[in-house]
Amino acid sequence: MDQYTLLPLLPLAAFILNILFGRGIFKDKAHWIAIPAVAGSFVLAMAAFIGVLDGRVVNRDVYTWIVSGNFRVTVGFLIDQLTAIMLIVVTSVSLLVHIYAIGYMHKDKGYYRFFAYLSLFTFSMLMLVMSNNLLQLYFGWEAVGLCSYFLIGFWYEKKSASDAGKKAFIVNRFGDFGFGLGVIMIFLALGSLQYAEIFANVQSLQGRTISLFGYPVELVTVIALLLFCGAVGKSAQLPLHVWLPDAMEGPTPVSALIHAATMVTAGVFMVARFNPLFSMSETAMNTVALTGAITSLFAATIALVQNDIKRIIAYSTISQLGYMFLACGVGAYGAGVFHLFTHAYFKALLFLGAGSVMHAMSGGLDIRSMGGLKKYLPVTYWTFLIASLSIAGVPGLAGFFSKDEILWLAYNAGPVGKIAWMTGTIVAALTAFYSFRLIFLAFHGTFRGTHEQEHHLHESPRAMTVPLVSLAIGAVAAGWIGMPAVLGGSNWIGHFFEPVAGHPPVTATHGEEWMVMGISVASGAAGMLLSWVLYVRNPALPAWLAGRMKGIHTVLLNKYYVDELYDFLIIRPITWAAKNVLSATTDNKIIEGIVNGVPRGIRTIGERLRKLQTGYVQHYGIGMAIGLVVIMALALIAAGK
Amino acid sequence: MQPGYPILSTIIALPLIGALMIVLMKRSQGAVIRWTALLVSLATFLLSMPLYSYFDKTTPDMQFTETHAWVPSWGVNYALGVDGISVLFVLLATLLSILCVTVSWNSITEKTKEFYAALLLIEASMVGVFGSLDLFLFYIFWEAMLIPMFILIGVWGGANRVYAAIKFFLYTLVGSVLMLVGIMVLYIHTGKSFDIVTMMTTTYPLHLQFMLFWAFFAAFAVKVPMWPLHTWLPDAHTEAPTAGSVILAGILIKMGAYGFLRFSLPLFPEATKAMAPAMMVLSVIAILYGGIICLAQTDVKRLIAYSSVSHMGFVTLGIFALNTQGIQGGIVQMINHGIVTGALFLCVGIIYERTHTRLIADYGGAATVLPVFASFFMVLTLASIGLPGTNGFIGEFLIILGGFSASKTMGALAALGVIIGAAYMLWLYQRVFFLDVSPKVRGLRDMDFREFLTVAPLIVLVLWIGVYPASLLRFTDASTQRIVERLNTAGHRQTAQQTSEAAK
Repeated sequence: MDQYTLLPLLPLAAFILNILFGRGIFKDKAHWIAIPAVAGSFVLAMAAFIGVLDGRVVNRDVYTWIVSGNFRVTVGFLIDQLTAIMLIVVTSVSLLVHIYAIGYMHKDKGYYRFFAYLSLFTFSMLMLVMSNNLLQLYFGWEAVGLCSYFLIGFWYEKKSASDAGKKAFIVNRFGDFGFGLGVIMIFLALGSLQYAEIFANVQSLQGRTISLFGYPVELVTVIALLLFCGAVGKSAQLPLHVWLPDAMEGPTPVSALIHAATMVTAGVFMVARFNPLFSMSETAMNTVALTGAITSLFAATIALVQNDIKRIIAYSTISQLGYMFLACGVGAYGAGVFHLFTHAYFKALLFLGAGSVMHAMSGGLDIRSMGGLKKYLPVTYWTFLIASLSIAGVPGLAGFFSKDEILWLAYNAGPVGKIAWMTGTIVAALTAFYSFRLIFLAFHGTFRGTHEQEHHLHESPRAMTVPLVSLAIGAVAAGWIGMPAVLGGSNWIGHFFEPVAGHPPVTATHGEEWMVMGISVASGAAGMLLSWVLYVRNPALPAWLAGRMKGIHTVLLNKYYVDELYDFLIIRPITWAAKNVLSATTDNKIIEGIVNGVPRGIRTIGERLRKLQTGYVQHYGIGMAIGLVVIMALALIAAGK
Repeated sequence: MQPGYPILSTIIALPLIGALMIVLMKRSQGAVIRWTALLVSLATFLLSMPLYSYFDKTTPDMQFTETHAWVPSWGVNYALGVDGISVLFVLLATLLSILCVTVSWNSITEKTKEFYAALLLIEASMVGVFGSLDLFLFYIFWEAMLIPMFILIGVWGGANRVYAAIKFFLYTLVGSVLMLVGIMVLYIHTGKSFDIVTMMTTTYPLHLQFMLFWAFFAAFAVKVPMWPLHTWLPDAHTEAPTAGSVILAGILIKMGAYGFLRFSLPLFPEATKAMAPAMMVLSVIAILYGGIICLAQTDVKRLIAYSSVSHMGFVTLGIFALNTQGIQGGIVQMINHGIVTGALFLCVGIIYERTHTRLIADYGGAATVLPVFASFFMVLTLASIGLPGTNGFIGEFLIILGGFSASKTMGALAALGVIIGAAYMLWLYQRVFFLDVSPKVRGLRDMDFREFLTVAPLIVLVLWIGVYPASLLRFTDASTQRIVERLNTAGHRQTAQQTSEAAK
């Protein structure tokens, strides 16, 4: 077994051990199984990354998974530049979240189960990013969704938690419906699901059309859009974003790992992986860019008015994922994945910071009842502040570089790119605003919770603060690998991705690059300033504003009523039809009516048979014999003809 | 390279002998009866294993064949044999039979003797159905299975068992009678022979093919059951004792789809091709209808029964896609559905013994009280909704792939069933296992060792097949290929025959 096979198998082994023996043997020592495994994966991931730096791109099959006629697909690994970066993200954040969970999940009765699921998740995510074919990616895709379902509903006694887990799974299935069809169409069009063969033949899709409702449509567009459906579900983009805010019912380390840093970025990874295919269809590219842009604006506006600390960050995640799709849609795949990389650290940090706050607040989530936490939770405060500065795009921090790269490349990318750039710039301001609204309300001012809560306020244990500090280093430094040339850097990451993701053409001048950068920094600063004015300088202002703009405020507070709309349009009609049309009418009246009604005699025969039903085998034996005689007699008659 | 005993005859005879022994035992010897049933079914399973290890996966021909003249004047032979289409079903039947015995261990307390005798009779006839190479013999086993099954439901079933049993009996009987007519016609047109292998290479005139297609369709579609002939299934499943439900779901309803594969496709290829679009439509209706109606169920067993309608819709969709992936997916899906739904019914039986309720609303919080049981049920739930890594995915994916290449619309609509499947199964799981512990569930003990051993083999199969499906698929390769080739060349043969007839 080589190192690449071992990389995902270590966490799988940890899962198997913990799920089988965790309840009986390991109990509150379950992390002793899970953490060495994920640490081992992290080391192997670093080794794989260094290997790729040395030019060792690996593509190998482990075994043949499914064969049926001309359909053949393997389990195998492709370790290239894109995968190498994902391996770093997945294993490093996973390791830190594992460590954090020792403190956070301490004394939970499902402690071993939690670590088992974390290990299973890490395994699944590694299988997803390491795959060398589309069907294994699909395996990982569904498996991470399953872990997400388990972990969102971790506290399954709670109805809201188990509802949220179920919702995440089912909403994702809507996306996967399209994704699955996309997979099948790729196979039917290209005869293989192995990446190497797909990308070698992808140009043959050029010019082929398929008839859809009688209209000829470009085949490559249909395939790209079907694959994108999956990404929309997994990465919580409009209109399938509804599951992610509810997913906050899960324990906070899960939100950091799965619902911020890794799983939800799988959609971005997949689109970047399939960039040769997406790039062939302008329609698909524009759809991706606009979906991303609209989602990022949409989610950012909701985040402006939410009061639940985790939901604010959740909407922020949706918005930032939109940013990444916006990048992919304008052809800046490398920049999209770069943002995925930096976002993983500052967003995981925000979630873990929120977890630390909840830990101190005995589970309290409402920022209106926080305030002044700065002095009780200094480590949490400073790391949270760094993450917020990073996401707000303050120059020098990680978020600035990746965001700037996206906006700059969008600016260069034609009319749709210009729309995306403008949207992105507005979102940058909104992001800075809601991030600092959260900081000011939670950490500044005076404490607004109960006395009892105030008495319990404390900094979190070492197991939790060490990951915070480690992630803070990432939130500062992760962007330096993408330092642009105008700032004296070399945009190392951009060049690193070139073999996989190419590099979009840049036509604008250095002057324009400074302008784009200046505008984005200025809008971030404006957002932060406005937030300071509203929540520090003049705290009465927000309520007054909300009163003046009651309509908009209510709509935002209720998240544009999308959940209510789905309930009204999909859930209610289907459950109603299931009960009243299919069950009560079609099955029980129409079909049963015919079955029971046409041979009126059935009931009377039934009555007689009931008398025959005596329970003695001899009687049945006689019945059987008579039956056979009748059958044979019939056979004879027929045969004699 | 085969062991020195006639395997198929042995594994038909052994349960028959076992049943006879049990009939001759004293009613009071409950323990001896149970142990006899267990040992006989275990021995049968072990003796069926060479079918797995010695099966030649490279040939589409019949293997392990045995032929003896039976009623020579009618051309009836006692002919047995299996190929890639049937061998897996024989193995599934012998495996599930053991589990049916162990799961009934404590729950069947009345008329134990008759119960286990009936169970073994069913086992013998199940093997017979899949192992027959003589149409007459096939029909005898096909019908023979009906009677002990009818008894199983009617005697040891739930409150409404008699109604369910009679409904089951009449439904299937009406179908079988039509098939009998078809068999007779086939017999005459095959030169007074019941030999299935001969029939598979005979070309029947087109008008006859259509007639026979519908005659056999009646029997098979009822068994599957295809929409709208499915309404016997929820009643039969709900009222049957656990072992009865397991056999119904695991084997009996597969007999219908097996019939399509064994007879309709190779014997009436042109008629099948002409009818395939209609069959695919019925299949997709079953998938969606069966799935959506699950959302309205309040009874656990009824819900799983309707989910079977939906899953069997996938099977028939695959079969009537008439391509390699569809047919192989269909076979594998049948085996998988037998494993998964069989295990689900075992689980429902296990918890029913404790709570004596099938109402979903009576449950809640079972994951807290019965963690091992909950884990098993979770694996089965995931397999049922076709999660990759479980066996359910392999069949479903190949079927949708095959269905989609045959008809984009049908393939896409079938894929919608995957969403619905997740919805009803996760909803079921939530209401039974999550949330607060309900009064009926409080204080229940988790699975004991016997129950654990009853379900665990199937859990292992779920994961094993999911990870390494080649172990199953390879069995079906050659035989599937032969069916597909026969379908592809069917049109030419027919015209060639007509021209040669015209030349005469």
